[in-house]
Amino acid sequence: MRYIEPHAHMVSRVTDDYVAMAASGCAAICEPAFWAGFDRGSSAGFHDYFLQLTDYEPKRAAKYGIPHFCWLCINPKESEDVGLAKEVLSFIPEFLDRPNVLGIGEIGLNKNSRNELEVLEMHIDLAARHDQLILVHTPHLEDKLKGTRLTLDALRNNPRIRPERVIIDHVEEHTVGMVLDAGFWAGMTLYPGSKCSPVRAIDIIENYGPERLWMNSACDWGVSIPLSIPYTALEMRRRGHSAEAVDDVIYQNPLRFLSQCGKFGLR
Amino acid sequence: MNRQQILELDFIEARHKLIDIGAFLDRVRRASGEEDFRMVAFRKAIGELTNPEERAAERILLAFSDPTTEPIPSATTKAACGAWPGSC
Repeated sequence: MRYIEPHAHMVSRVTDDYVAMAASGCAAICEPAFWAGFDRGSSAGFHDYFLQLTDYEPKRAAKYGIPHFCWLCINPKESEDVGLAKEVLSFIPEFLDRPNVLGIGEIGLNKNSRNELEVLEMHIDLAARHDQLILVHTPHLEDKLKGTRLTLDALRNNPRIRPERVIIDHVEEHTVGMVLDAGFWAGMTLYPGSKCSPVRAIDIIENYGPERLWMNSACDWGVSIPLSIPYTALEMRRRGHSAEAVDDVIYQNPLRFLSQCGKFGLR
Repeated sequence: MNRQQILELDFIEARHKLIDIGAFLDRVRRASGEEDFRMVAFRKAIGELTNPEERAAERILLAFSDPTTEPIPSATTKAACGAWPGSC
C-alpha cells in the first residue's frame, strides 16, 4: 500500500508517528498551518511557526524518508482579530518561495463571524495575487453547513480563483455535494467523534464517485489517528474495492491535486 | 455489495451504536435538571432514523446545523457544541 497524507499537523505529533506512517506506506505529508490550541500572543509567534513548518519539520520528516510539505496562513480560530491577521498576512509572501510551501491554508471560517469572513477574503486575495493553491478548513459540527456556504460564496466572488486549484476540507454528507457541484476538490477528514468515520467516508466515495475527493487524518494535538488513511484503505478492501480503486483515492487523487504546485514531488 | 453482505459486515456494529444511543437517552432521563436545545435537535435527528427515504446521514447532520445564511457579528467562543441553539 502507498498513500499521501494531505493534511496532518505533525508539529503536534511524536516521532513514533513518523515511524508508523513511513512503515505504513506514507509517500508524503502535507501540513497546513493551524491553531496551536491556544492563541498566539503576537504575529512573531506565527513567524516562528512558519519557520518551523518550512525549515525544521521537513528535516524531521526526512529522517524517515518522507517528503514534508506545508501550507501557510493565520487559521480561522485566530482570525477574529483582523489587525493581527493583517500583520501575519504581511509576511506570508516572504515564505511562499520556500521549497516545501504548497499554497495558502488552512484558511476558512470557524464560528462564521464577519471578521473571520473578512480575513478569509484577504487570504483568498493573497492566494490569487501570488497564484497559490488554496486549502480551506470548514467549521465544525453545527457551524459547518453555513460556513461551507459562506466559503463557497467568498471563493466564487473572486473571479481570479479557479475551483480546480482549491480543496475544501472536512466535508461531510451535507456539504460534499455543494462543494463538488461548484467544481472544487473536497477533502474528507477521518477524525474520531467530530468529522467523518472511515465507513462514512467510503459511503461518500460510493455515492459521489472518487473524482476530486481525497481523505486525510488531520492528526493533531487532539484525539486523532495518524494512520486513519491506511485503516480506511483496509476498510475499503473489506468492502470489496479493488487495490487499484483504493490507490486512486489515497495516492493518485492527492497527487493529481498537489501536482498543480510545481514544488510538489515524491522521492 | 448486496444487502446480506452489508448486514454481515456492519450489523453488529450498528446494533452496538444504537444501544449506546438508547443508554444515553436513559442517562439523560435519569438525571435531574433541565435539558437544552441540544436534546431538541437530538430528538429531531432520531426521527430521521425511521424515515424510509435515502440520505439519512445527511438529514441527521442537517437537523443539528445552523440553517441561517448571514455571518454573526463576532465570534465570542471558538468551540462548537454540536447543535444550533436556534433549534428550540
